[in-house]
Amino acid sequence: MKKIIYTFLLLLPLSVMASGGVRLQSVDIDLSDFESMQKGAKHYVTYCLGCHSLKHMRYKRIAVDLNIDEDTVLEEIAPEGAGIYDQMHTAMDKRDSSKWFGTTPPDLSLIARSRGADWIYSYLKGFYKDESKPLGVNNTVFKGVGMPNMLWKLQGTQTPTFTTVEGQEVLAYLKLTKPGTLSPGEFDTMVTELVNFLVYVGEPMQLERLTMGKYVLLFFLMFTIIAYLLKKEYWKDIDS
Amino acid sequence: MKNKLNVSSDGLKNSMNVSTNWLLKRFPLSRMWNDHMAQYYAPKNFNFWYFFGSLALLVLVNQIITGILLTMNYKPDAKLAFDSVEYIMRDVNWGWLIRYMHSTGASAFFIVIYLHMFRGMIYGSYKKPRELVWIFGMLLFLCLMAEAFMGYLLPWGQMSYWGAQVIISLFSAIPVIGEDLSLWVRGDYVISDATLNRFFAFHVIAVPLALIILVFLHIIALHEVGSNNPDGIEIKESKDPWGHPVDGIPFHPYYTVKDLVGVGVFLFFFATIIFYMPEMGGYFLEHANFIPADPLKTPEHIAPLWYFTPFYAILRAIPDKFMGVIAMGGAIVVLFLLPWLDRCKVKSIRYRGGIFKKSFVLFIISFIVLGYLGTQPATPGYTMLARVFTAIYFGFFLLLPIYTPWEKTKPVPKSVTHEKTAMEDYSALVDTFDKMTVKQEPIKTSWGGTVTPVKPDAAGIKNVLIQLAKKLKESLD
Repeated sequence: MKKIIYTFLLLLPLSVMASGGVRLQSVDIDLSDFESMQKGAKHYVTYCLGCHSLKHMRYKRIAVDLNIDEDTVLEEIAPEGAGIYDQMHTAMDKRDSSKWFGTTPPDLSLIARSRGADWIYSYLKGFYKDESKPLGVNNTVFKGVGMPNMLWKLQGTQTPTFTTVEGQEVLAYLKLTKPGTLSPGEFDTMVTELVNFLVYVGEPMQLERLTMGKYVLLFFLMFTIIAYLLKKEYWKDIDS
Repeated sequence: MKNKLNVSSDGLKNSMNVSTNWLLKRFPLSRMWNDHMAQYYAPKNFNFWYFFGSLALLVLVNQIITGILLTMNYKPDAKLAFDSVEYIMRDVNWGWLIRYMHSTGASAFFIVIYLHMFRGMIYGSYKKPRELVWIFGMLLFLCLMAEAFMGYLLPWGQMSYWGAQVIISLFSAIPVIGEDLSLWVRGDYVISDATLNRFFAFHVIAVPLALIILVFLHIIALHEVGSNNPDGIEIKESKDPWGHPVDGIPFHPYYTVKDLVGVGVFLFFFATIIFYMPEMGGYFLEHANFIPADPLKTPEHIAPLWYFTPFYAILRAIPDKFMGVIAMGGAIVVLFLLPWLDRCKVKSIRYRGGIFKKSFVLFIISFIVLGYLGTQPATPGYTMLARVFTAIYFGFFLLLPIYTPWEKTKPVPKSVTHEKTAMEDYSALVDTFDKMTVKQEPIKTSWGGTVTPVKPDAAGIKNVLIQLAKKLKESLD
């Protein structure tokens, strides 16, 4: 019996460790910051929409939810020729993209719900120089990534330093070897805005859901109190 | 003028009486109401655990209503299904609320049903004369699992797809007919549009119909024999001169108003999840299910939804696939057999012997641990753990017929005992708090009142903990 218990005690931490993955950087999401999300929308259309659609999102929805008027959305956010009721489709042809990248760039409407905000943040900041790859870059959270670093001009070039742990080469840290047009702080803010926008896009009604929730809970609280008083009144004559 | 009005209101009363009589002469409405509500006598000592029956009914109604509304915009087509769900979430008015009510309702259904079954097990509600109530309940549980499994394919996400793929491929483990059987179930060599369509048909009409019929049978069978209670005694055995059980009270209005409180508390938690954590950290809506189904990309970790994980862990614990399927099925079959495995005459755990109490605690622990293990990847350490707890799970059931005939039970009272009310629980809690703390000098506050600050008291806490441990030990003897 003792042996079995010891085996468990030994195995428990091991199995927990085995499930660990890459450590993600955490991002500070603020869904009440409309300005940040508006900027994020602009960044998305500039740097991402070329390849990645947001087909479940309409420009009209952005205008309504983020408190911008429709003309401004069309002028400042939407690409040339898009209408206010249009979904955020990409202009890239599917056949072309699969020829160029070997795969079709996925639609990102739900990326924040499937991967999580921290993953997107770490991914966008995790590109580093790797000459062995066809695009010259690799990524800390997405090994052998098939996407070029779209933000390299802003971020600059990161070069990795490796260390050897138990006979395996492990990435130790990234160093900015060639600065971009943005300072590291400005770049972080920009990526945060982009992630903030994508989290909103993943579930646009969450803005509504969070504000509505407290009234619903208040209602059920009142309901419960009244129901309890009713129960007490009815049960007065029951000696239990 | 006044007179005329009176005449017309009398006329209205009269015509209403006539039509009510017309109805009652042709349909036993008042008899049904009396038999099942106003003159159905339920034990007066129902406690917390007795809320979950009516709550299960509430969740069923919620699932049916939200399900009908979802069907109006959902498209059961492999090309359109995923996008139609997102369409419901974004473009349909209140679609998000309806969908979250349905997805949270599915998990809530299992929480409520598991607690309902737990109640049945601790108070021996499966025992004679209620075996059939338990069998109908178990059939309901089986239907509920089928309903949840097939419903989970409909959003057509990665986890929907691969979860269904894994579970249906289990049929192929059956010797000789397995391959053909799984092909027949899927309607294709892989999960495909054909599978989605038939699952949709089963999820929206076939299984719900079976569920409703079984709920009806479950309740009729229960009302025939009468409800059990926390003391596990038959209230019908002592009746007053009018023929009503001494310890019974009419279900309506007493339990209808009491259940209303339960409904309020339940809906408070239900709404908290819907509005603040609809994904419940990936347990109620899995992250991978926000990626459309892709038959060419297998997710690295396939886990069923939390309510299936105890059974999934049992499946994986057995090295041989076919034996695993048998064990998983067996884990549910033993529950069906419970009324005949348990030979003890005493129903409630309150008056049962120490062996039963201890093994029941072990069983509950094994169910929870297996549930956790089912969500995790199968590492060697976890598989080993799963095997031990699978043995405990089956051990609980299979040892029952051996020790229960000779179980040392405690004397069962003649009449139901007093159940603590919420107020008494609250004052007991306050007393315990007082015992664990020491009062300090009262302080005047800026707004004119006085407060008495308290400090934790080491000796008091120690005493309370010792009392608690003693009580725990006693309750297991």
